[in-house]
Amino acid sequence: MSAIETTLDPRMEAVTRRSKLHPLKMLLFIGCGSLVMMFIALTSAYIVRRASGNWLEFSIPTIFYVNTLVIVVSSLTLHAAYRAFKREAMGAYKGLLTVSFLLGIAFIVLQFVGWQDLAAQGVPLKINPSGDFIYAISWLHALHVVGGLAALFVTLLVAFIRRRIRNTPARKLRLELTMIYWHFVDILWIYLIIFLSLQR
Amino acid sequence: MATAVLTTAPLKRDDALIEEFGYDDHFHDHHHGDKYRSNFVSHYVFSQDHKMIAKQFLITGMVWAVIGAVMSLIFRMQLGFPEESLTWIKPLLGKWITVNAEGVGTLAPDFYYALVTMHGTILVFFVLTAGLSGTFSNLLIPLMIGARDMASPLLNMLSYWFFFVSGTIMFASLFLSTGPFAGGWVAYPPLSALPQAMDGSGAGMTLWTISLVLLVVSLLLGGINYITTVLNLRTKGMSMWRLPLPIWAFFVTAILGLLSFPVLTSAFFLLMLDRGVGTSFYLSDIYIGGAALDHVGGSPILYQHLFWFLGHPEVYIIILPAFGIVSEVLSVNSRKPIFGYQAMVFSILAIAFLAFIVWAHHMFMSGINPFIANFFVIFTLIIAVPSAVKVFNWIATLYGGNIRFNPASLFAIGFVSMFISGGLTGIWLGNSALDIQLHDTYFVVAHFHIVMGVAAFFGMFAGIYHWFPKMYGRFMNKTLGNIHFWGTMIGAYCVFWPMHYLGMAGVPRRYYSFDSFQAFGHFDGMNKFITIAAILTFGFQLLFVINYFYSIWKGKVVTERNPYQANTLEWTTPIRPGHGNWPGKLPTVQRWAYDYSKDGIDNISQLHPPLETESEPH
Repeated sequence: MSAIETTLDPRMEAVTRRSKLHPLKMLLFIGCGSLVMMFIALTSAYIVRRASGNWLEFSIPTIFYVNTLVIVVSSLTLHAAYRAFKREAMGAYKGLLTVSFLLGIAFIVLQFVGWQDLAAQGVPLKINPSGDFIYAISWLHALHVVGGLAALFVTLLVAFIRRRIRNTPARKLRLELTMIYWHFVDILWIYLIIFLSLQR
Repeated sequence: MATAVLTTAPLKRDDALIEEFGYDDHFHDHHHGDKYRSNFVSHYVFSQDHKMIAKQFLITGMVWAVIGAVMSLIFRMQLGFPEESLTWIKPLLGKWITVNAEGVGTLAPDFYYALVTMHGTILVFFVLTAGLSGTFSNLLIPLMIGARDMASPLLNMLSYWFFFVSGTIMFASLFLSTGPFAGGWVAYPPLSALPQAMDGSGAGMTLWTISLVLLVVSLLLGGINYITTVLNLRTKGMSMWRLPLPIWAFFVTAILGLLSFPVLTSAFFLLMLDRGVGTSFYLSDIYIGGAALDHVGGSPILYQHLFWFLGHPEVYIIILPAFGIVSEVLSVNSRKPIFGYQAMVFSILAIAFLAFIVWAHHMFMSGINPFIANFFVIFTLIIAVPSAVKVFNWIATLYGGNIRFNPASLFAIGFVSMFISGGLTGIWLGNSALDIQLHDTYFVVAHFHIVMGVAAFFGMFAGIYHWFPKMYGRFMNKTLGNIHFWGTMIGAYCVFWPMHYLGMAGVPRRYYSFDSFQAFGHFDGMNKFITIAAILTFGFQLLFVINYFYSIWKGKVVTERNPYQANTLEWTTPIRPGHGNWPGKLPTVQRWAYDYSKDGIDNISQLHPPLETESEPH
């Protein structure tokens, strides 16, 4: 692990870095940019496929809109947790982190309910590509959310195992990286829900 | 320009310059000695040192290159000598060689397709993408920009191990009883989307997809590291306009990869749903054995669009690193600044941009609208402009130079030759009207093997011969290298040049046998010639492999830090740099990388501050 500490070492960083953006953050931003391409590909495929006809028109279940609120709120609570961490307010940090994690779980569960609703309103899988695209896009997004949940889970575990929270640069960076990714899956979902509702 | 009066007299030594102008980042206060040498596993296996990871990528790539090349020899045997008995390959291929009552062994047609598919997949993805970019981006980016290591050495290590696991899965698929995937490296549905379509479409295709998704993960982990390192960890004074050209090439290559590979992943994601869940993204109206499948409403063309949106940038992902390597090797070995440095950078950027808007030229015969095809024709032909800029600049760099002929510079010059030959046929193929005749013929095979396969290999060889001293502290054998070059140069033209004639006559690619086509009968001799040339050329590559491994342990030892009198930073490190690359302070940069033969001075290192007498410091 010594190599990670190398890059996190503030004294070394100060002289080597070209910009104020930490290399690992830049790494994550570029990585997220790359992941966006996956969804741009899928939504472009959606538009192209829709234009060629044989396309079932229907409106997406309300639960997907409700769920947007859930993930946005989880982003906000995570951000609040981050601010609590900077103040080294342990109770607030643990509490807000737990709420964010639970909201993340709730998002996945509600997505599951959404897929069932979609099937119940007459658009199960394999009926028409228009439905299949919604399943595929939201599944792939859910997979990315699960990745974020894994990171949140580790953060949560660490928060409850450590007796005291100290705002060290390395720990702050780790939390920031987790938070950036979580905001990313949030914004990604907002893009997807807007895209899917505009297509109706 | 090159005269005998060149001198190094007024220049200071690299060490003194680093001591005077370098800055202390306290790296060695934190790293007492080289932690990475502490044990065998962390030094050679799970290494986080970019130089070791580069060697891992290179050697793994070489193993894959040999496997892929042997496959091509087997199917070339079938094409050149279809009547000959192949019983002698039975120990290697087992049941895929069927031996009849007279003891004559023939290659199973199914396996011929599997070989062609695997040859393409391996060479394109495992050797020329992961192997080429992985090796040289890792080795050169930190060394040339003056960084201790990559932005995230951990992700860099993971990048190699994802590549390794991906390769292991692909290798395992070769041993399936139904054989590896056999539907062509582009994996078009329905052959790839229906497990029951053919033998290799079942488990073979499943492993193929898993392997490639892991490879994409590896490439992305590598790519985000390369970009971040170039943007964020350059040493003081190393502005973007002072970057050596290989770094520009690796940087743009990584950007291309990050924008295009996720699209391939999405295409595979939908493909997996079609295969596993039964959706119909790519499938419609298919009958197998007279029975209709329940897939309705999909479009196989959609897959082709998504695939080639990766697939076209992919060919530049393969060739751009070679561009960069060749530019550097040519400049150092002709003792002249690279001609038109900025034009070189802008042409790389122009090619990268155009790469994203020409993908449909692979699909002229897939039934796309001919009016839309016109746009793709125009953009495709425009790529000839930046490509020509590069070619002229390479030639202008050589012109009047005091050229040192060694294996590296010979391969770099050979690269230019190959790139011209292959590039010109690209102008033919870019025309949608000509493509009606030439599509899916040996003309296409000749074109992309020369311009992308052989040329990229030449760039890779130039890089290996040139930077081998940096990797191992020894030189490769020059005589063997020269023999390797001339054998490969002549051999590769003998293999691929005749294929143009086959293609113009309409001989289709991917066919197992031409027995039933009277018209192609008179090409039997040419096919024999190509096969013999391919076997001989392969022999010269074995010579390279022997030279490589022999030189690691027995090659001539490098005794001076900068054996080529080059200007770039990798030659200011110790001969065998440890972790962190520079033992003391980090070097700072005072000029660009190409001050060769300037003001009567042979070469001025990037470390050197402007001289009093100097005309126009860069």
